[in-house]
Amino acid sequence: MPDNVVNSEIAVSARNISKTYGEVEALKNLSLDFPRGQLTSLLGPSGCGKTTLLKIIAGLLEPSSGQVVVGGKTVTGPGADRAFVFQDFALLPWANVLRNVAFGLELRGVAKSERENIAEKYIADVGLAGFEKSFPHELSGGMRQRVGLARALSVDAQVLLMDEPFSAVDEQTRRKFQEDLLQLVANENKTFIFVTHSIEEAVYVSDQIAILLPRPSRVSDIIRPTGLREKDVGTIRRDPEYLDIVDQIWASLKTYVE
Amino acid sequence: MKVFGYRLPGMSSLIIWALLWEIIGQIGFSFFVPPLSDVVSTLFEILPSAAFQKALFETGYAFSAGVFFAVVIGIPTGIFMGKSRLIDELLLPWVNIFLSAPLTALVPVLMVLFGFGMKSIIITTTLFAIWIIILNARAGVMQIDRSLVEMARSFGASAWDSFTKIYFWAALPEILGGVRIGIIRAVKGVIIGQLLISIVGFGALFELYSSNFLMSHFWAVLIVLFALAFSISEVLAFLERKVAYYAAKR
Repeated sequence: MPDNVVNSEIAVSARNISKTYGEVEALKNLSLDFPRGQLTSLLGPSGCGKTTLLKIIAGLLEPSSGQVVVGGKTVTGPGADRAFVFQDFALLPWANVLRNVAFGLELRGVAKSERENIAEKYIADVGLAGFEKSFPHELSGGMRQRVGLARALSVDAQVLLMDEPFSAVDEQTRRKFQEDLLQLVANENKTFIFVTHSIEEAVYVSDQIAILLPRPSRVSDIIRPTGLREKDVGTIRRDPEYLDIVDQIWASLKTYVE
Repeated sequence: MKVFGYRLPGMSSLIIWALLWEIIGQIGFSFFVPPLSDVVSTLFEILPSAAFQKALFETGYAFSAGVFFAVVIGIPTGIFMGKSRLIDELLLPWVNIFLSAPLTALVPVLMVLFGFGMKSIIITTTLFAIWIIILNARAGVMQIDRSLVEMARSFGASAWDSFTKIYFWAALPEILGGVRIGIIRAVKGVIIGQLLISIVGFGALFELYSSNFLMSHFWAVLIVLFALAFSISEVLAFLERKVAYYAAKR
């Protein structure tokens, strides 16, 4: 059995977060804890504010009220303890893979030879060895997201924020990514916060799923697919628990889909 | 283009126009059009002359200084306009007015303000070049992918980092296009300055040759000027092609 989630340490904590854009309430009094070393998915229909919440945790957006606490400190802006993986990859088109992966370290003032050594290690880790000198436009969508992932890993942040990272890659690549992500969560002692709109994806990769409902957004349910971590990655999708959870989530979200 | 199965090198059409020029010159159609061969031989005559060298230096100096200020002021101004709504609202009307204004009419005002010397010529050159450079840099920044800016911020980029590592490079293809057009306009500016403000450089040569009806000399200097402007613009077009690989994919 995995650690008892309730007692395990909390890495990130969102407390009473509200966010309004003029008249529109995107998030209302939302509180959610993210256990250390685990993957939490933010799942919900489009417009439920899941990306807004992720960007508030990243420090890219300011909440209208409430606060985010990461590792005991209140978030006031982007910080070295968090790294972001973007839906559209956000790679520098004028820089090769090596510079793109090292870019986070470059901004943190790490010397060139040192940051390139680190970047090369992570390029190999995500399976892109040999592509260091390639440019983003020469790579497939899946490979580009591996570059984005390597960039986020190379700054060695404790918290990885992933904004629908696999939504812009094809289905086969996405499945491979999901398996690799499970490996990553198991091997790296990092906290993952993962935004997705795919129920299957959320159940497959998550230790904890927070279901967000829209207008204004609040956490309607938290589901912990505890039994699935022990299963072989190849058989999870046939597991009765997996199927039950997928059905249960669909039943609760169905009414919110136009 | 291919003719009778032979691939013609670029700008082969110039040969036809050169021939036409030569024929018109030879039949004595007009006093203002001497044969091209005369113009070319005059060209090699005056190239080494001290008067020409001096004119080349004076014009080159005013031109380089004018372009330098246009680039150094124009690019950051354009980037700031693209980044900041406030600066944009303040400056855009002026940029648009000056872009389309008949700047030649402003030259007398510049002479009153800055005197009859090199300073006024350089300012005229800058004024001809700068507006399109500003507008292009602005356009380059405005189409920037927002998530690149967000990405840099999420990894802790300072304002200076985003300026030098994101905005400048993202806008570079447009910036180079603007500088190329700006330089072509600067050639106009420097000659107009040298004709109207103080008769120096190539402006003085044009004045001297045309008032003495030395038409071969006149055309020879014009050809030199055209060749210079064309070469500079081609060098920039080459640089533009070097960044074109990412221009469509930002």
